Amino acid sequence: MSSAATKMTSRTSEKTAAETFGASHVFESSSPLDLDSGSSLFPFRIAYNTYGRLNQDRSNAILVCHALTMDQHVANPNPVTGKPGWWQSLIGPGKTIDTNKFFVICSNVVGGCMGSTGPADINPETGRPYALSFPVITIGDMVRAQAMLLDHLEIPDLFCVLGGSMGGMMVLQWCVAYKDRVFSALPIATGARHSAQNIAFHEVGRQAIMADQDWHGGAYQSHDTRPSKGLAVARMAAHITYLSEPALHTKFGRNLQDRDKVTFGFDADFQIESYLRHQGFTFVDRFDANSYLYITRAMDYFDLSADYSGQLANAFKDSKTRFCVVSFTSDWLFPTPESRRIVKALNAVAADVSFVEIESDKGHDAFLLEEPELFATVGGFIHSAAEARGLGQVTP
Amino acid sequence: MKSPSPPLHHLSQRSDLLLATEIVTEGARVLDIGCEHGELLHLLKREKKVDGRGLELSQEGVNACVASGLSVIQGDADTDLLSYPDDAFDYVILTQTIQATRRPKHVVEELLRIGKHAIISFPNFAHWRVRASLLISGKMPMTPSLSLTWHETPNIHLCSIRDFVDLCEDLGARIDRAYSWSRDETPKPTDPKSRVANLMAEHAMFVLS
Repeated sequence: MSSAATKMTSRTSEKTAAETFGASHVFESSSPLDLDSGSSLFPFRIAYNTYGRLNQDRSNAILVCHALTMDQHVANPNPVTGKPGWWQSLIGPGKTIDTNKFFVICSNVVGGCMGSTGPADINPETGRPYALSFPVITIGDMVRAQAMLLDHLEIPDLFCVLGGSMGGMMVLQWCVAYKDRVFSALPIATGARHSAQNIAFHEVGRQAIMADQDWHGGAYQSHDTRPSKGLAVARMAAHITYLSEPALHTKFGRNLQDRDKVTFGFDADFQIESYLRHQGFTFVDRFDANSYLYITRAMDYFDLSADYSGQLANAFKDSKTRFCVVSFTSDWLFPTPESRRIVKALNAVAADVSFVEIESDKGHDAFLLEEPELFATVGGFIHSAAEARGLGQVTP
Repeated sequence: MKSPSPPLHHLSQRSDLLLATEIVTEGARVLDIGCEHGELLHLLKREKKVDGRGLELSQEGVNACVASGLSVIQGDADTDLLSYPDDAFDYVILTQTIQATRRPKHVVEELLRIGKHAIISFPNFAHWRVRASLLISGKMPMTPSLSLTWHETPNIHLCSIRDFVDLCEDLGARIDRAYSWSRDETPKPTDPKSRVANLMAEHAMFVLS
């Protein structure tokens, strides 16, 4: 082959790879989404991104579930913030989750504000934004919508479903609600139920939003305003729970922000104050306050054992899924005992489960950071699961 | 891509791993308790195509196992076997660990509950070298297989082959097979009640059911 021909071939394959990497799609459902609350949502759409290609057997699909304030832009630069995708270091061509080999799907949750139907959308019955007339959704509803997306994509079952925090809740929900459709599962930094403490923090956030006079009982769009202050405070409070005391101490300590001494006032004297304010104010540019209310509520309602008379193990009965549960030592939002509870339940039904606790001082957010041990765990688990499923190398 | 198996060069020193691999049947469901870095599980997966799981106390060992593709959880043989259902495994394996557990009797009971068979290996405290060490030096025995001082050793419940046979009788456990060996020898089938083996063998492995 001449060098020109080689060049052309490689250029063609590059183009193909680019076309299949991070493409944004929208699924407009032709049937309503039945909700746990008893009501239903129609019409509804799911915004999702895909990376890589589905193989001929349709057996190499990986579903990534995002956390509370994340979105479908998992492995491509975020079009709103311009920042790298939230797991871009983990997922991509030749990376730990290799998109040359796997077909990766990430969808925005129903109730969200990045393209999937949520409270900011127009209620077809009134012609005005849903706001609080949007039905309350649950983790189960989010997962049911994803299952409808998979039906639409004609993907019978997932090679793997993974996610952290709320994404981890969705992973667990998948393994219970659609146990025959999940070959392997990686719930990370999560729990099978939301704890009282976590509900408490969410309630603080919601009350901050509702106390903002620009919230207008949820109808802020009709008033052409936004409860930015309330949402920023909600984000600030939540952000503290994503970090850890040692991480805060190392990063900020009691250091002052651009000054030599305290000002005897209420300016952001301390670096940590300035940092939190920044976190709060940048968040309001990219997130809808009502979505925040709905999604935090969905997490609060999550309790996998609720339908199994409190016996978590019964939820996993007869599971053939291979599990790998991951927690981080300094995560106090979803501490290791929450993961152990899942592992214990899986053991009780003799499920195939691994459990790794990773030493980190980064708190809950560790799952989003480049933790080599997390990558090694995910890589080892995915690799052996791929072997068990007979997934060889997939030509890109 | 090749499966990332750990090197097996040091296996010659762990005859019990090779022996356990020989005993386990093809395709069996196996739980390896105290699986360390997963040497035995990798060996069993490769040689006997087992459905293998591991339980390991050190988080560092667990993480290494999972990164190499094994299904392993962090846990303690003394307390964490309770969550497994009855007869969940064909074989439950405990190599060179029973003497370090707090409640060996309870552990053996649990092994027999969750496994159809239990494979247990341990250093024989009645080996002549151990006896001689205590007799001559008047100090807690230190031998090649028991190499740590009394205050550093994790071994808190050492036993002899005869002690172990007594425990099996106590528990009503059936001894299907017993093997014994010293250092570089190949393990050989042994009459568990043999006084000679109890004196001459450095290690023993029992298959119970």
